[in-house]
Amino acid sequence: MKLITAIIKPFKLDDVREALSEIGVQGLTVTEVKGFGRQKGHTELYRGAEYVVDFLPKVKLELAVDDTMVERAVEAITRAANTGKIGDGKIFVFDLGQVIRIRTGETGPAAL
Amino acid sequence: MLRNNKILAAALALGPAAALAEEAAKPALDSGNTAWMLVSTALVLFMTIPGLALFYGGMVRAKNVLSVLMQCFAITALVSVLWVLYGYSVAFDTTGMEKGTVNLYSFVGGMTKAFMTGVGRDSLTLTIPETVFATFQMTFAIITPALIVGAFAERMKFSALLAFMTLWFTFAYLPIAHMVWSGDGALLWDWGVLDFAGGTVVHINAGIAGLVACLVLGKRKGYPHTAMPPHSLGYTLIGASMLWVGWFGFNAGSAVAADGAAGMAMLVTQVATATAALGWMTAEWLAHGKPSVLGIASGAVAGLVAVTPAAGTCGPMGALLLGLVSGVVCFFTATRLKRALGYDDSLDVFGVHAVGGILGAVLTGAFADASLGGRGLAEGVTIAAQLWTQIKGAGFTIVYTAAVSFVLLKAVDAVIGLRVSEEEETQGLDIALHDERGYNL
Repeated sequence: MKLITAIIKPFKLDDVREALSEIGVQGLTVTEVKGFGRQKGHTELYRGAEYVVDFLPKVKLELAVDDTMVERAVEAITRAANTGKIGDGKIFVFDLGQVIRIRTGETGPAAL
Repeated sequence: MLRNNKILAAALALGPAAALAEEAAKPALDSGNTAWMLVSTALVLFMTIPGLALFYGGMVRAKNVLSVLMQCFAITALVSVLWVLYGYSVAFDTTGMEKGTVNLYSFVGGMTKAFMTGVGRDSLTLTIPETVFATFQMTFAIITPALIVGAFAERMKFSALLAFMTLWFTFAYLPIAHMVWSGDGALLWDWGVLDFAGGTVVHINAGIAGLVACLVLGKRKGYPHTAMPPHSLGYTLIGASMLWVGWFGFNAGSAVAADGAAGMAMLVTQVATATAALGWMTAEWLAHGKPSVLGIASGAVAGLVAVTPAAGTCGPMGALLLGLVSGVVCFFTATRLKRALGYDDSLDVFGVHAVGGILGAVLTGAFADASLGGRGLAEGVTIAAQLWTQIKGAGFTIVYTAAVSFVLLKAVDAVIGLRVSEEEETQGLDIALHDERGYNL
C-alpha cells in the first residue's frame, strides 16, 4: 500500500478529483495549504506600501491506494493537474505501514 | 455657513401677505428647510458611525479593528456631551462680537449658551429651530476629532485618546469653528475666508492634528519593514460609500436651507467626488500598473474633502477640475510623500484630509469666481485677492492647530502616556485594551 501526497494548484482540484474517481479511487483528503517553490510569489500594494507575498495558496491531496493502483493514480493526477507552467506542484509517494477502518476494525488492503 | 442665507430673502419668500411683510425683517420657521436640516443632521452623524469607523476599521490589521470602531463610537458619545455642556456656546455664541473689531470674542464664543441655556422649542437660527442647528453642528464637531483617529491608529492608549480628544475639541475645534463660522466679528469670517462646509474647520484642522499626533506618538512597531496590509477592504469600501452618501448632508446641509444653494452643493459634491475617484485610480494605474479598490475609495474621500469648502460657491465644471486635481495630488502625498519623509500616518489623515483640505480651501478662492462658473466673489474682490484670503485662512489654521495639538499631546503624554506598551501593540489593541476580538471564527 502507498500513501500519495500531491500538492496542486487550487483551481485544478475538481479536475484531479474527477480523474481519480474515474480510475476507481474511493476517497481522499484535501487540505488548503501555503508554500513556496520555484514559482515566484506576488506583490500586493496598498497606498504605495508594497508587500511581497512569498507563500502561495496550494491544495494538498492525500490518498491511500493499493500497490496496483499507484501508477494509475500518479498518472491521473499528473495529467489532470498539469498546466505546463511553473507552480503546477509535486507528487510524493510513501510506503504505507498499516490502514485501519475505524468502523469495522478491518485492516490492510481491505480497509482501503 | 450662515453667510449663504439671506434672512430677509428667506422671510420674504414666505409670501406677499401684508401681515408677513411687516414682519419681513424677522425670520420665521420654514418647515421645508427644517425637514431638510433634520435629515442632513442624521446623514452627517451616519458619516462617523458607521461610515468613518468602517472606512478606518477595514484599513487596520484584524487585531486592531475593534479599537478603531470603539474610538470612533466613543468620540461620538463624548463630543455629544461636551457639545451641550459648553461646546455649542463656545463655537456659536455671538455675544460681544462686532464686525471689524478684533477682541476676545473674535476667537472664542462666550458662555451664555452653556448648558444650552435659552435654546428652547421656540428659538430659531435663520429659518430652522436652533435645536436642529445646534445638533447639525454637533455632528461636525463629532466627525472632526474622529478623523484624527486614522493618524495614530494601532498604537494609542484608549484613556489617552479620551483625554486628548476632550482637550483638542475644546482648544482646537471650538475656536477654529468660531473664528470661521460664527458670523460678523469672528476673525476668519471678517477676513472674508470662504469655507462653506468645513475645509478649514474640519479637514485642515483634523489633518494637521493627525500629522502632529503621528509624529509625537512615533511609528508603529515594525513600520515600515513589517507588512501591515488592510485586513478588510470590503469594510473600507462600504465605509467610503457611506461617507459619500452622508456628505450630501455635510455639504448640501451647510446651506441651512432646502434651496438652490443646497441643490448646487449637492451637485458639485457628487461631481468632484467622481473625478477625484477616477483621478486617483488613473494615477495609480499609471504609476503602479493596476487600479485598486483602496485607491478608488481613497480618491473619492479626497474629492469629498476638497469640495467641502467650495460646495457653496463653485459650479459643476469647477468641481470637475477641483476633484481631479485633489484625487491626483492626494495620491502622491499619501503614497510617495509619506514614504519619502518616513512618518507613520497609519491611515493617511494628513495625506488625504490636510492636503485635500488645503487644496480645496485655496482653490475655493478661484472657483468661486463667476468667470470660472462659480457663484461670484464679493463685489470688488479679485480672484488673486480671494486666493490670498484663502491662503491666509488655511495658513492660520495650520499654525494654530499644529501648535495647540502639539502642546496638548505633550501634556497628555506627561500625565497618562500616549502609547500602549510594545507587548500590547504586538498583541493588538482589541485584546490588550478591550478584552475582545473582532473575529471569533
